[in-house]
Amino acid sequence: MTGPKLMRRKADRIDELAGSGGTSLAADAVRRMLRSPVAITGAVITVLFVLLAILSPFLAPKNPFIPYDALKNTLRPDSIPGPMPGFVLGSDQNGYDFFSRLLVGSQQTLIVGVCATLIGVFFGMVIGGLAGAFGGWVDTLLMRFTDILLAIPSLLLAISIAALFSHGTQWTVIVAVAVVSVPIFARLLRGAMLAQRASDHVLAATALGVRRRTIVFRHMLPNSMGPVIVQATLTLATSIIDAAALSFLGLGDSDPSRAEWGLMLGRSQDYLDVKPELAFYPAIAIILVALGFTLLGESLREALDPKNRR
Amino acid sequence: MALLEVRDLSVVFRRKGTAPFTAVDGVSFDVEPGRTVGLVGESGSGKSVTALAIMGLLPGRGREVRGSVRFESVDLLTLNDRQLRDRRGRDLAMVFQDPLSSLNPVIPIGLQITEVLERHRGMPRKQARVEAADLLNRVGIPDPRRRLSEYPHQLSGGMRQRALIAIAVACRPRLLIADEPTTALDVTIQAQILALLSELVKSTDTALIMITHDLGVVAGLCDEVNVMYGGRVVERAERHALFNASRHPYTHGLLASIPRLDAPRGEKLVPIRGSVADNIPWEHACAFAPRCPNALDRCRQVRPELVPDYGGMLRCHNPVGPLMAAEQGVSR
Repeated sequence: MTGPKLMRRKADRIDELAGSGGTSLAADAVRRMLRSPVAITGAVITVLFVLLAILSPFLAPKNPFIPYDALKNTLRPDSIPGPMPGFVLGSDQNGYDFFSRLLVGSQQTLIVGVCATLIGVFFGMVIGGLAGAFGGWVDTLLMRFTDILLAIPSLLLAISIAALFSHGTQWTVIVAVAVVSVPIFARLLRGAMLAQRASDHVLAATALGVRRRTIVFRHMLPNSMGPVIVQATLTLATSIIDAAALSFLGLGDSDPSRAEWGLMLGRSQDYLDVKPELAFYPAIAIILVALGFTLLGESLREALDPKNRR
Repeated sequence: MALLEVRDLSVVFRRKGTAPFTAVDGVSFDVEPGRTVGLVGESGSGKSVTALAIMGLLPGRGREVRGSVRFESVDLLTLNDRQLRDRRGRDLAMVFQDPLSSLNPVIPIGLQITEVLERHRGMPRKQARVEAADLLNRVGIPDPRRRLSEYPHQLSGGMRQRALIAIAVACRPRLLIADEPTTALDVTIQAQILALLSELVKSTDTALIMITHDLGVVAGLCDEVNVMYGGRVVERAERHALFNASRHPYTHGLLASIPRLDAPRGEKLVPIRGSVADNIPWEHACAFAPRCPNALDRCRQVRPELVPDYGGMLRCHNPVGPLMAAEQGVSR
């Protein structure tokens, strides 16, 4: 019974090896990205960051969530201990191991960035997809709603949303940052879907009697995803920065042991004259990660641009 | 009773702030099974809009369609969207002009064929794939099994048009509308595609509406030709009658403007003077009058009607005489 199936799979593989099988636009884009140094730089930073986020609990030399007496005992209002044996970057303002917290902070930063972006993409796509698929009054209604969201400065909107929660948690930040990106994704997808609606191949599919549902999900949506994917990559960068900004303003998680770069940056502001590294390292980390995602997003945009297609 | 009977079909586009534009103005014609009917005319003559109106594919807002399009005695214009979708692709199908943009770039060719088979013939995916390979084979695509998993950009222009034709004939429609199917292709491929279409139509007794501005295509394929100008049919004739003795000055001009191999060296082409922009409304005149070499005063005052003429139909006050056509050597 598996005979012919196996045979076919083998034939497929031979086709692939011969390079004669179907290559999708995505495969094309990947090939183009592999030739771009900018894309590779962005990808390397991103991969290193993700690896760090996953492995940091094992890499951290000390427990980042408990204060150490050795550090605490040397804490003075006008001096925070620097590097010492066993503590690579010394103490933070609360007597925790600064280096371990810096490593583990990548995890929370990644979670906040990814969750906020995913939530933003999801709701943005629902709104934009409905508007683009139905048009008419559905489109008008949903787009006026996103216009309202867009009209409010993004950081102000995020702060207002975060302030609605009386007790700050990590999710406060994620939701606030996500809401800000919803209208951007909604507009992008709607625009792309409307362009698809007027396209020849959608007309051709309609002329073949293909169902509306099939046309939306198989013909319009996949062709509209390019700009959304690019924007999502870029939004990862801005989400991390926005989340850091909210944490910095004290709207983030109120748990002092929570290690997250934005929080660390925010809480270090009273100690800038005592130990500027407390602000410096998290800031550098945030900048690097944002740069990585931005480079990746920009080169993805270029790779998916039909104008660059040979 | 004919397979398709178009009666007094009119399409008016209305947009706020602009005068209503009548793209198709009372067009009537019949199509019998197994026959190929040509709609010929320059850009803006209303031939594509006629086709889209028959298929019910005109944009929803700001357009007004009148008259009737009876397909197997059902008026397609009275059907709702769902009923139309059930018929499109199954009973009547369309081949478009640009094969690359008419195919979905992100899904393989195979899926675009099986999609129609699953939709209208209720085939399970596996059986549909076998049938799709068979269809690709029939339209002359070599190695069809491999092609099924390829994407449109991997196929050559001619192959894309063949694939598009395969999709259109997948459910054996009784009426096929081809909207300038060869315009985007080079000349040798054009001939192959036309041969394929005519073979498919003959072998399955399908009716074909061929929309073109290329009289070469008409000569090779059409049984009957409707020459359109300004949204109206100005002349209708059997193919041979049209080429031997065209009566309308517009048709005559079209034929005279074709470059000929047997013309003396250095002889200039004879264009039709003016452009579509010179048209005057049909209301109390002939739209072609400003460009017509035969125009009389009457042509600007009275609208000519479509009347029987030498076995065909003609809309002209001062047609080109059969004798005159022969003298100018337009006959073939």
